[in-house]
Amino acid sequence: MKKAILAIADGSVFEGRAVGADGESTGELVFNTSMTGYQEILTDPSYAGQIVTMTYPHIGNYGCNEADTESKHPYVWGFVMRECCFEPSNWRATSTLPEYLQKHNVVAIDGVDTRQITRLLRTKGAQKAVISTVDFDHASLLNKARNSADMAGSDFVKEVAVKEAYEWPAPAEVKYRVVAMDYGIKHNILRLLSAHGCSVRVLPATAGPEEVLAEKPDGVFLSNGPGDPAALPYVYPTVRALIDRKIPIFGICLGHQILGHALGGNTYKLKFGHRGGNQPVLDQNTGRVEITAQNHGFAVDTATLNADEIDFSHVHLNDRTCSGMTHKTLPIFSVQYHPEASPGPHDSRYLFERFTKLMDEYKAAQSA
Amino acid sequence: MRPSGNGERAMPKREDIKKILLIGSGPIVIGQACEFDYSGTQACKALREEGYTVVLVNSNPATIMTDPETADRVYVEPLTVEFLERIIERERPDALLPTVGGQTGLNLAVALAEQGILHKYGVELIGAKLGAIKKAEDRGLFKEAMLRCGLDVPRSKVVHSAEEARDFGAEVGYQAVIRPAFTLGGTGAGISFNKNEYEKAVQYGLDASPVTEVLIEESVIGWKEFELEVMRDLKGNVVIICSIENFDPMGVHTGDSITVAPAQTLTDKEYQIMRDAAITIMREIGVDTGGSNVQFAVCPTTGRLTVIEMNPRVSRSSALASKATGFPIAKIAAKLAVGYTLNEIPNDITRETPASFEPTVDYVVTKIPRWAFEKFPGAQDVLTVQMKSVGETMSIGRTFKESLQKAIRGLEIGRAGMGADGKDKPLTAGGDPVAEKDALLRAMRTPNRDRVFQIASALRLGATVEDIFETTKIDPWFVRQMKEITDAEPAMQHAVPTDAAAMRRIKQLGFSDRQLAFAWGKTEDDVRALRKQLGVIPGYRLVDTCAAEFEAYTPYYYSSYDGEDETRLSGKESIIILGGGPNRIGQGIEFDYCCVHAAFALKDDGYETIMVNCNPETVSTDYDTSDSLFFEPVTFEDVMNIIDRVKPKGVIVQFGGQTPLNLAQRLKAAGAPIIGTTPDSIARAEDRELFRDVVERLNLLQPDNATATSFEQASVIADRIGYPVVVRPSFVLGGRAMEIVYDRAALERYMTVAVEASPEHPILIDKFLESAVEIDVDAISDGETVVVAGIMQHIEEAGVHSGDSACILPPYDLPEDIIRRLREQTRALARELEVIGLMNIQYAVRGDDIYLLEVNPRASRTIPFVSKAIGVPLAKLAARVMAGKKLVDLGFTEDPTPSYISAKEVVLPFIKFPGVDILLGPEMRSTGEVMGIDQSMGLAFAKSQIAAGTRLPMKGTIFLSLNKNDQKNMDDVAQGLHELGFKLVATQGTAARLRALGIPVEAVAKLNEGRPNILDRVINGEIDWIINTPLGIDAKEDDRALRRAALERAVPTMTTLAAARAGVAAISAMRTGNPQLLSLQEYHAQNKRS
Repeated sequence: MKKAILAIADGSVFEGRAVGADGESTGELVFNTSMTGYQEILTDPSYAGQIVTMTYPHIGNYGCNEADTESKHPYVWGFVMRECCFEPSNWRATSTLPEYLQKHNVVAIDGVDTRQITRLLRTKGAQKAVISTVDFDHASLLNKARNSADMAGSDFVKEVAVKEAYEWPAPAEVKYRVVAMDYGIKHNILRLLSAHGCSVRVLPATAGPEEVLAEKPDGVFLSNGPGDPAALPYVYPTVRALIDRKIPIFGICLGHQILGHALGGNTYKLKFGHRGGNQPVLDQNTGRVEITAQNHGFAVDTATLNADEIDFSHVHLNDRTCSGMTHKTLPIFSVQYHPEASPGPHDSRYLFERFTKLMDEYKAAQSA
Repeated sequence: MRPSGNGERAMPKREDIKKILLIGSGPIVIGQACEFDYSGTQACKALREEGYTVVLVNSNPATIMTDPETADRVYVEPLTVEFLERIIERERPDALLPTVGGQTGLNLAVALAEQGILHKYGVELIGAKLGAIKKAEDRGLFKEAMLRCGLDVPRSKVVHSAEEARDFGAEVGYQAVIRPAFTLGGTGAGISFNKNEYEKAVQYGLDASPVTEVLIEESVIGWKEFELEVMRDLKGNVVIICSIENFDPMGVHTGDSITVAPAQTLTDKEYQIMRDAAITIMREIGVDTGGSNVQFAVCPTTGRLTVIEMNPRVSRSSALASKATGFPIAKIAAKLAVGYTLNEIPNDITRETPASFEPTVDYVVTKIPRWAFEKFPGAQDVLTVQMKSVGETMSIGRTFKESLQKAIRGLEIGRAGMGADGKDKPLTAGGDPVAEKDALLRAMRTPNRDRVFQIASALRLGATVEDIFETTKIDPWFVRQMKEITDAEPAMQHAVPTDAAAMRRIKQLGFSDRQLAFAWGKTEDDVRALRKQLGVIPGYRLVDTCAAEFEAYTPYYYSSYDGEDETRLSGKESIIILGGGPNRIGQGIEFDYCCVHAAFALKDDGYETIMVNCNPETVSTDYDTSDSLFFEPVTFEDVMNIIDRVKPKGVIVQFGGQTPLNLAQRLKAAGAPIIGTTPDSIARAEDRELFRDVVERLNLLQPDNATATSFEQASVIADRIGYPVVVRPSFVLGGRAMEIVYDRAALERYMTVAVEASPEHPILIDKFLESAVEIDVDAISDGETVVVAGIMQHIEEAGVHSGDSACILPPYDLPEDIIRRLREQTRALARELEVIGLMNIQYAVRGDDIYLLEVNPRASRTIPFVSKAIGVPLAKLAARVMAGKKLVDLGFTEDPTPSYISAKEVVLPFIKFPGVDILLGPEMRSTGEVMGIDQSMGLAFAKSQIAAGTRLPMKGTIFLSLNKNDQKNMDDVAQGLHELGFKLVATQGTAARLRALGIPVEAVAKLNEGRPNILDRVINGEIDWIINTPLGIDAKEDDRALRRAALERAVPTMTTLAAARAGVAAISAMRTGNPQLLSLQEYHAQNKRS
């Protein structure tokens, strides 16, 4: 058994077993309460800069496969489990989780009390931490954790977003042309856009409005992504310009926060964020509750936005933070959660239809 | 917190309904147990909290829901359409909530709706409408609905005849599952692998179905089995409360399967497809509000997902899901039914967050059923699609390994964990490991109750995970987890750990101190001392619905060896109440009832009440019942760990049945503050030798008796006291392995089996008192005052286990003098044994003699019945007495005598065990009980019969076949039947006796006397009631087929003359009078006035 240590900036140290790659990795320690979907979580670019603790104790039970990925490779900066499974059982599995973690160079630890860690994060807020399989000196590790970069103010988008534009495979019948701004996009968003008849051009986060407009889009999609939305001033002007052009815009997660900034508002850091697949959101216009997948550590500050202009359409029922907004006059809406799920429930897929409906109206108005 | 915000249009509760009717599930039977007391009680509480008047009907007195405090009006009446219509007519409820009373409640609601009764009285079905119920319950309609919404179902056909079945079999093959429509717990269901079995199973199913309808399904045996617990509100919001994966794949009824929550082996992609399907099904079936359960089968190699069934009501699984997640499904379902939406109901546990979410857990829950095959000689220990278990235990651990081992020790089947406890018995002689491994693999191929031990043993002998999967189709993930345990055993056994980390790693695998004691050749106490010395003690974690994302306010705990402890104590004086563990025959809901009452009473008195139990079906394990709930096995190790942690002022062992009582001495020795009757007094009552001294000192009478440890010894004793004798092992509940032995050969046969049944205790031999009247007495004592709370006269004579006997309170034909002496003797015994709390005594009365059969200084099975009969909550009073109060202060000093008659009758599970004889005997086999209350003994008994499902005929033909002794005493019964106008048929001997009495009778051939015989008459439906009292083993064998045929055709059969006599009284009373209809509250008010 190979040893690994998780050291947390608050002074806690957990010794466990190394179950991923050798080495050392710092990051913001967060927890995710999903009981399934670890492979999707590992490969979600929004987790860049973060070490993820899974609250469910058995992780890796069904192994890993080629299909359940949300990007080309894992993005988490570390993975913490109570018990990692070395011999999975599922007809879809093509490798084990430890093999997958090693192959993709993810430092991971198991055999630690993940509930204790979760309670610590809940009480003290998200913490800077380090996992190491090479340095076992507690003081040294605590120093490394404490000296690692702060999440607030960090721009991870520049690390995870594409550098070159590309086309996502188009559906058989193309009804809409969509530009997706890549801040760290998950593949299931692209799969669903495609399933809704969109041909999608994925542009780098740094792309300017002219590059977007050159695609003659029927709609623009603002993707999810990692890090602090307030650290991305270079992306707001593009979004602002598109707002002014009255193009339909749909934002998810970081895209929602960026939209908030582009509309003149602000974002703030949550104590420990929302990460899991059981988060209740109320659509205030229909009274319906959606069980949503979420993964965010920042939220839009509704007080900084103009309520005459913006309808804060969705509210998180656990803490009443802003879960979605709709522009009252422009074809723009966004949600803080993940309607594409993966992992998570499919309750909110109707939002993709809402987007295509806005594009229908936009196209009709254009041709009129 | 009621969320509010812009645009949130509140859905207030309905103001147009004021009074709501709830129907309970009746007596505990296999497939329908106390989970429906849990759900019904929750629903009652929730509806009353909202200001509704609740009318409850249930025939089962042992339930919390039938407490007069639970509902505004409680009717302990038979659950039939006729009685319900009268209650509806009297109470005029506005609505009926049909979804919390199990299949019984649902079926009755359907019948009331279909017969126009609900319409006639303007009663609205809330929660689920008739159409939705029918769509979910009717297999044909359900299948159509599934196909309509694009879901996959096994190929199947609904048939109404053997011919239809034959055609379908010829088309799709004979590997099939056959399920009858509208039956409980899969009664009458079967599996077939060939044509013969197929045809037989179809016929059996058609007979079992009340509508002669079976569903024949393509077999998906061996597929992975999953369940989702789903909730929906009036706005159409749907949430999944819990996913459950069965350890035992398809082919074993889910009630007989080891099940695990959450699902372990599904990818998120697969899980979400299943979730979507469950939501689609809820909407398609049209369940308005509340909880439902959907079962799926998944092909292990292709992932093909098929829908098996859905229950549009709360179920056994939803009780399990509630306990597994902390989400109270029945309570929320009740609130949804009256108009609230999920987001308007707060989550009790987190307080801050609403009920519109999906619980996420950070532990593993394992449920293991408990069976009672040993009580039904001739029944096969084989698990099929028909449920046979009588109870279950649940455990919570941080990993499956910890959870599984904990669940096994919580089962109380003498095992300390997954084997490695010195109790693994090889299947083969000779010690060849290869032969043994092969034998184990062969044994596990057929699902049986020991399968988990067989797998563990095979793994130890080198069987691979693949071998076991190939043989059992149990998912490799589960098998590998088990292998991780067995792989760790050699190192664990090799050396006693000297450091805390090593000890902790062992405990994290779920090994109990008893397993370690066996491995290390030490005592459990040694291991415990060593463990504590190393500082390795469990930490208690919270069940919080949210994996620690939010702070939890409800102290619902489980133990783990991960380290951290989250226990929060109030600082108030605390009292621990030990529950009874899994239900079994002889120890069930009655004891849970007492534990719940103790918690309620002591909470009222200002104590912090702490419940320890591991039975997920019960009210005691509702986190609302006590101040803190520790969901833990009721074993010495687990209980002492809690005592060490919470340092209670008192520990109550006398309410949970034999389970906690058996721990009393050791707990006391370990320093636990046992309150109430001392363990020494308990031992004086339970130890034969010590008890004989008590009897002698008080000058009481006992049947001649002695103790034997060998057959030779037993034989000498039996010769001395004279046959017949009653033999039984000491320290058992429910008459386990108790028999009446008529001769030396039978005694020899018994001693080998019995010594086997209880190796650590000697065998008790008593003179059997033939034709004595048996009496049960429940009393309460505070050490100064003794109140004889209830005297019950049994219908069946001594020799039939008291738990299987019907009884009447107060006694119906005992002389005043005998009753006075019974009271005196009871008081003397209570004082002599220094009883503080409850005491139950069984007496036998023959002529002027009163014999003492048994004294139990603890809560008895009859406490709920007596409490309801006299209108006094005995268990509550007893708990307060144990905590130091005096009966004088509690205002209970006079022996109560109700002004009406209460009858208790039992229900027996014979129909579930093909081939098993239905004769009653000294071994208890009933699973539940019902109560009938009325002004006369006849009417009360009649109600109890109707409630127990025995349809006594009002006219028709009666068959009598009595033994020689009974023939002498049957004059009044025969005369009564004749005068009531019944036609009598009888076997030769009985017929001759009847003719001598001048009663017309037709003689009929016995089974071995040629054709046509009585069996043919029964099969032809020509017999309406059977009175059959064989004596001796041979006579019993002769009529066995007859009794079995009668059982399968629901022809009432009485196997004692005393029961027949009561039956005649009942029929006579029904002819002349009308059963009275009053609520329990009204009956109790009569007592207060009188």
